[in-house]
Amino acid sequence: MATSPPDLAPVGVEEPVDQDVSESDRPWLVIVWNDPINLMSYVTFVFQKLFGYSREKATKLMLDVHHKGRAIVSSGTRERAELDVFRLHEHGLWATMEQGT
Amino acid sequence: MAARRIRRTRKGDYQLRLSDEERALLKALPGELRDILDGQDPALERLFPPAYTSDPVQDAEYQMLMHGELRERHDEALSVMEQTVENERLDGEQLHAWSRALNELRLVLGTRLDVTEDMEEVDPEDPRAPAFALYGYLTWLQGEVVEALASGL
Repeated sequence: MATSPPDLAPVGVEEPVDQDVSESDRPWLVIVWNDPINLMSYVTFVFQKLFGYSREKATKLMLDVHHKGRAIVSSGTRERAELDVFRLHEHGLWATMEQGT
Repeated sequence: MAARRIRRTRKGDYQLRLSDEERALLKALPGELRDILDGQDPALERLFPPAYTSDPVQDAEYQMLMHGELRERHDEALSVMEQTVENERLDGEQLHAWSRALNELRLVLGTRLDVTEDMEEVDPEDPRAPAFALYGYLTWLQGEVVEALASGL
């Protein structure tokens, strides 16, 4: 699993404006959760098809979902993450999104 | 080993080798799912998962915008399977829709049956045995579909 990047916000900056900027700059993470129904081959196929990942990368992500219970499959702006979540839902995968810390 | 039932052809489309019984079953199932698609059946939860788990307000906003469209997309996949189920050949887009439609059926049936990752054999006397057999068939067929699709990536 990817670890979160360290918080690089400058110490002592307390203006709300700066906080808003850093808040909206933090990327949104798209997470796929393990479930007992979706086929491993199907999940791998969906990752390849939707994200253009190689078979190797898609398989690794699928195995992370299977063994660790979840995997981050993409990240980006909130709009991008919402679109990815929608496409994963369209394929019946159990996907959610949250903002990185 | 039985021959593959769905095979990618040299032309790049897919040949379906399914019996009349299988085709009749696959034609009937989408209508049954469509009948419950707009209701509150708890078996639908896997077709309409939350997007934001940590913020119910954000999720409510998301669902307000996207639920209807997701419902349409699910319905569309079911329709493609219904309308092409008699075909001998499918193009890649149609077979992709089949993979989604079969998965929708499996998600609803599997949720009802409360399937787990390591299922025991079901006793043939169990009243749920026919439903488990249907689930097993759909799982097998989806595996065939995905294998054919993956060979075309």
